Amino acid sequence: MDAIVRDGSRLNEVLLVRLDPNELDETTRPRAAEGIVAYSAICSHAGCPVTAWIKASEGNDDVFKCMCHNSEYDPRRGAQVVFGPAPRRLAALPLVIKDGVLVIAAPFIGKVGGQQG
Amino acid sequence: MSITSTTIKQWLLSSAVAFSCLAAPAAIAGPIDNYSPVTPARLENPEPGNWMLYRRTYDGHGYSPLDQINTANVKSMVPVWTFATGVVEGHEAPPLVNNGVMFITTPMGQVIALNAKTGDQYWRYKRELPEDLFQLHPTNRGVGLWQDKLYLATTDDHLVALDAKTGKVLWDKKVQDYKKGQYLTLMPLVVDGKVMVGGSGGEFGVRGYVAAYDAEDGKELWRTFTIPAEGEPGHDTWSGDDWKNGGGSAWMTGTYDKDTKTVYWGVGNAAPWPGNLHPGDNLYTSSVIALDPSTGKIKTHFQYHQNDSWDWDEVDAPMLIDLQRDGRTFKSLIHPGRDAIFWVLESTPERIKYVNGWNFVHTDVWKGIEPETGRPIVDPAHKPTLGKRVDFCPSLWGGKDWPSAAYSQKTRFVYVPANENFCGGFTGEKLPLVPGQLWLGTKAEDIGLTVRPGADHFGELQAWDPASGKKVWSHNFPKSQLFGSVTATAGDLVLVGGTNDRMFRAFHAKTGELLWEQKTNSGIMGMPVAYEVDGTQYIAVQSGWGVDAQRIQDALAKGNTGLEDNVPQGGVVWVFAIKK
Ligand code: FES
Repeated sequence: MDAIVRDGSRLNEVLLVRLDPNELDETTRPRAAEGIVAYSAICSHAGCPVTAWIKASEGNDDVFKCMCHNSEYDPRRGAQVVFGPAPRRLAALPLVIKDGVLVIAAPFIGKVGGQQG
Repeated sequence: MSITSTTIKQWLLSSAVAFSCLAAPAAIAGPIDNYSPVTPARLENPEPGNWMLYRRTYDGHGYSPLDQINTANVKSMVPVWTFATGVVEGHEAPPLVNNGVMFITTPMGQVIALNAKTGDQYWRYKRELPEDLFQLHPTNRGVGLWQDKLYLATTDDHLVALDAKTGKVLWDKKVQDYKKGQYLTLMPLVVDGKVMVGGSGGEFGVRGYVAAYDAEDGKELWRTFTIPAEGEPGHDTWSGDDWKNGGGSAWMTGTYDKDTKTVYWGVGNAAPWPGNLHPGDNLYTSSVIALDPSTGKIKTHFQYHQNDSWDWDEVDAPMLIDLQRDGRTFKSLIHPGRDAIFWVLESTPERIKYVNGWNFVHTDVWKGIEPETGRPIVDPAHKPTLGKRVDFCPSLWGGKDWPSAAYSQKTRFVYVPANENFCGGFTGEKLPLVPGQLWLGTKAEDIGLTVRPGADHFGELQAWDPASGKKVWSHNFPKSQLFGSVTATAGDLVLVGGTNDRMFRAFHAKTGELLWEQKTNSGIMGMPVAYEVDGTQYIAVQSGWGVDAQRIQDALAKGNTGLEDNVPQGGVVWVFAIKK
């Protein structure tokens, strides 16, 4: 995308992590750039920022964790919820490497933000 | 295609005709007829059948004088109606009742007016919360009542006045900025036409406050910060600029002494957690402050513990009890603290004096209490600090968190929803404050909840005689925390949920015998109430698990306790009566 969003909204905060491309599932791989994946940092539960990268409660992989109420998201599998009260995965931000620079390939896939009711 | 107005009218007409043919309409709609205005006199001396304040009376007792449901007949208590709120997360509010009209609040800022006898809905208000809101505590603890208005404090940090009869918004005031982690979850306290609220956000580096608004038009009348600014008394208990983000949130409803016109408000933990990040006593964190409701002036205070380092908010306001002890009767403030100390204080016009204090659950933090001052003596080995893992008992959630204890005017015992055998720990770390992000002074993922070796229970419902300091009875929960408010009645019942098995229970107030229980839809974190309509007594409570009850459950599920993290969510109002 050409446009750079700079309106300061926390809804634009993203999480970036570089993973082994072989670990990524089929949905995630096309959105990744050399194993780098990006997701909205806004937890789908009650909207807190997802801030931790930590061993999963169930299993041995490191996952994203929201410390507000312990929801965990696996970035290898489209940030699907693997623990906690979150009702849906984090929105994904497809990436691509263009001329050696990491850029956003498409708008968010999925809804950014917490549940509202 | 467009629908003509004639078609609409016809459709409305025919449905109205059809509706009126039904013998019992499925639901009724507002507005509420004959709503009883909530006058100052009614709040100061509520009718036995009503529950219009957070703890029913300004003194915070959580006691109902109704005794139609009692120890003799509670075995025949059955549900008479239920109402699904359609909302998940922690339903913590008492079902408030004013002459047959019930108001409940839910997480996400909803208020529902119901017919307290039938469970039919009059109206529902839904707050439209901002898209970018984050909620560390998605909950609400009830609406304040005054005349024909209701007051809702929201998680996006507004105070909203509603018309009690219709649910229509009358005014809406921004209190502070939710984007900085400021939010509101408490039931506002209304005294003499002033609506008082206190802010949450102790985990986001706020400076806490209590503020009062004019009940009529929402004008802000005063705002008193719980951390004194330069030049104010108590400021010298801070060093440097620590006070600016020093915590001291005030997220629970105060109690009120109508004789001395004093509001007592509990104040939360200091921030960030490790005490050596904010050297000093840190007034008025982990304290009770006595406020003049007309000006907001702090008359006096008592600090339960100094230089808080354990996240031990003491926000639960003290119960105001005329206590007979050592051959005299005095105005006491009773507070079973998060810091594991059962506090008995005396309120005099000049100051709040320490009378007695004892540990009501196991703690390794205190070596004693200075008898003259009431300052607890800390064991430095169990005080969190920078760069080193420190463990302490009880856990961050304390001996008793915010859920309320109750005082029975009949038995003169205090009933405490305590948690025993939990310990916690973390490694203190100096971390920069990022607005809107948790600022704990440790990595959130480092926080531990552990169970003491050999523990045979966690939750403990305790009955204490505050005069003698003796424990009269206790009921242990071998497989559950106890995380719900307690209510006592003149029928000698003690009512509480709070456990992960979804039960709602009634105990014998004198003996602790379990008399009755009912499994509900979800876990109960809400406050039970007793009320009466048309000569029938009811007991009501919201069942809806979430927030910290859930967090403890998560931690227990991970900790080899054999417990699972599977308490279902979803709010339901339950109303019970004796089977006819
Ligand atoms: S907001 Fe992230 S788990 Fe609740």
